[in-house]
Amino acid sequence: MSAVTTTHAIDHSHGEAQVKRIWKAFWILLILTIIELGLGLSIYYIDLEANPSETLILFLKGVITILTLAKAFYIISIFMHLGDEVRNLIMSLGIPALLFIWFIFTFLYEGNSYRNLRNTDAGSRPYIEKVQHQPVPAMKEGEKN
Amino acid sequence: METALTRTKSQLWSGGKSPYNVSYGKLMMWFFLMSDSFTFGAFLISYGSIRFSLNNWVDHNYVFNKFPLTGEANLPLAFVSLMTFILIFSSVTMVLAVHEGHKMNKKGVEKWMILTILGGLAFLTCQAWEWTHLITSRHKVLVDGVIQYWGTTTSHNPWGPHVMFNGEMVATPGPVAFGGYFFGITGFHGFHVFSGVVINLVMLIKTKIGDFQKRGHYEMIEKAGLYWHFVDLVWVFVFLCFYLI
Repeated sequence: MSAVTTTHAIDHSHGEAQVKRIWKAFWILLILTIIELGLGLSIYYIDLEANPSETLILFLKGVITILTLAKAFYIISIFMHLGDEVRNLIMSLGIPALLFIWFIFTFLYEGNSYRNLRNTDAGSRPYIEKVQHQPVPAMKEGEKN
Repeated sequence: METALTRTKSQLWSGGKSPYNVSYGKLMMWFFLMSDSFTFGAFLISYGSIRFSLNNWVDHNYVFNKFPLTGEANLPLAFVSLMTFILIFSSVTMVLAVHEGHKMNKKGVEKWMILTILGGLAFLTCQAWEWTHLITSRHKVLVDGVIQYWGTTTSHNPWGPHVMFNGEMVATPGPVAFGGYFFGITGFHGFHVFSGVVINLVMLIKTKIGDFQKRGHYEMIEKAGLYWHFVDLVWVFVFLCFYLI
C-alpha cells in the first residue's frame, strides 16, 4: 500500500455518534422491511378475495418499490459511507446509475408491447385468449409424492 | 473513512491530489461494484421484460410459502423475511467491524467479522434449503390431459394457472422462464454471498495475524465491507422482484 493520499488518522471524537448513526440506519432498514412485508401480506390477502382490485394491488406494489429505493439509499449512504465521500465521487457513481431509469422503462415497455402483439394477433400469430389471473385457494396445497 | 477525511465537498478539483479523496483500491472497488450493479440490473430487467411479455406469471405467495420444520403450513413471505433479516443484520455487523477498524481495535474487528461471516453462512444455508425444497418437492400438474408430479427446475415448473379437471382444481405448467430466472439470479447472488464470506474469512485471518496493525490501517476491511454491503443491496432488489411484487 504505497502513496495513499488519504489519511487514516484516528478520530475518537465522533466514535460514539458514528455507532449511533449505524444502529439508527439498521433500525430504519428493519422497519422499512417490516412495512414491506406487511404490504406484501396485504397483497396476498387482497388476491384471495373474489374480485381483487388490480389498481389497489398495483398501488401497493408501487409503494413497496419506493420503500425499497429508500432502503437502497440508506445502505449506500450510511453503510457504504458514500454520503460521507466527496461530491466528485458521489456524482461519478450516481450519474451513470441514472441510466437505469432508461434501462428499466425501455425494457418493460418492450415486454409489454410484445405481449400486446401476441394477444392481438399481429397479422401472423394465432390469437391467444387472455387468461385471467386466478388466485390460488389457500387450502389447495401442493402434495408431495 | 468518513471520520478520517477532511470534508472538501463543494470544492472543484485543481489537480495535484486525488479528485475523489479516496485511495486507489477503494475507488476501484466502487467502480467494480458499479459494473456489477449493471450486471445484476441487466438480469433483473431482463426478468421484468419477460414477465411483462407474458399473460401469466407465477404467484410468488404460493410458490414461496414454506418454512423449514413446519411441514405443509401455508406461510407466505415468512422464510424470505428471515433471510432478509439475516442479511441486514450481517450488514450492520460488517459496518461495525469497519468502525472498529478506524479505531484500530483489533479485538473489535475480529468479533464483528466473525458475526458477519456467521450471518453470511446462515444466509447461504437458508438459500440451500429453499433451492432443495423447490427442486425436490413435487406438485400435481395437468400436462396434456394427464396428471403428473413436477418439481421446479429450469426447464419446467408446476406454477401455472389452475383449471378444472375431473371435478377438482389442478395446476397447469407454469411459465418456462420462471425457473431459469429464479435459479439464475438467486444463484448469481448466492455466489456473490459465497465469495463475500470467503473474502471476509481472509480478512479475519489477516486481522488475527496482525497484518493490518502492522500496516497501520484497516482499509482492507473497508473494501471487503463495501463488497459485502453491495451484496446486501442486491438482495434488497432480488427480494423486491421475486418475493414482493
